[in-house]
Amino acid sequence: MRSELQTSGANTPQATPDETSRNQPFVVPPVDVYENESGITVLADLPGVSRDRLGVRVDGETLVIEASASTAQPEGMELIYGEAQYPSYRRQFTLSRELDSSRIEAALKDGVLKLQIPRREEAKPRRIEVRVG
Amino acid sequence: MTNASFRPAADMFRELNRLQSVLDQVFRPAERSSIRGLTGASFPVLNVGTTPETVEVMALAPGLDPKSLQITVDRGVLTIAGERQDPVPAEGDGVTVYAQERFSGAFRRVVSLPEEADAGKVDATYRDGILRITVAKHEASKPRRIEIS
Repeated sequence: MRSELQTSGANTPQATPDETSRNQPFVVPPVDVYENESGITVLADLPGVSRDRLGVRVDGETLVIEASASTAQPEGMELIYGEAQYPSYRRQFTLSRELDSSRIEAALKDGVLKLQIPRREEAKPRRIEVRVG
Repeated sequence: MTNASFRPAADMFRELNRLQSVLDQVFRPAERSSIRGLTGASFPVLNVGTTPETVEVMALAPGLDPKSLQITVDRGVLTIAGERQDPVPAEGDGVTVYAQERFSGAFRRVVSLPEEADAGKVDATYRDGILRITVAKHEASKPRRIEIS
């Protein structure tokens, strides 16, 4: 159903280049998300993505991961069986306010993106000393 | 006039696409995932193609140690096997897991190679999470030009 909709959209003659690029199909990459005392860690599968093709940005409270994969196929190759269809990835998350979006650390290795989003200092759990009065 | 009558439909499709991607992102059932549910949750995702000289198998297998991969060719059947470690720590002890969608564990995928593939000439590279296996074709099966003497 999805592909039919996209095909119809792409065939619509009025689509401007800008609209076409926005309508381009993309893969929603699978992620692992976990939290510990220091913050949240996001792992995302982005096979075929090199560092220069990856974009991670924060827009207000929204974290967006956008990437395009290089088609590592030789010229003149004829695809005879394809499970992977789209060479672009996109996924977005909403960041809660206790996270410090200005100190996100990103690392990309072997097609896996690892984002570490620290908690704000004041949001970290701490122990409150009880004074004996 | 024709253009004007088409426009609402185009916008509707765009809205439906947007809604679909939002729903995919929120619910993301395995059979409706990135690869249009062709194979469900199989890992790694495979693409197979041919060039005049080679057969190319590309496996989208991010986050693997290339040394742990076992690639074998036996009687025209190419097997890719390995294991992907689960990097997510266990729940508890201050750790909360919110999403665990990435594949982990042992995997095995099998591709039947075409007859013209030469099992003796197999080359594999791993880059940016894509495993690319190039199998040469037999000399006799390559297209060639026959000169007229």
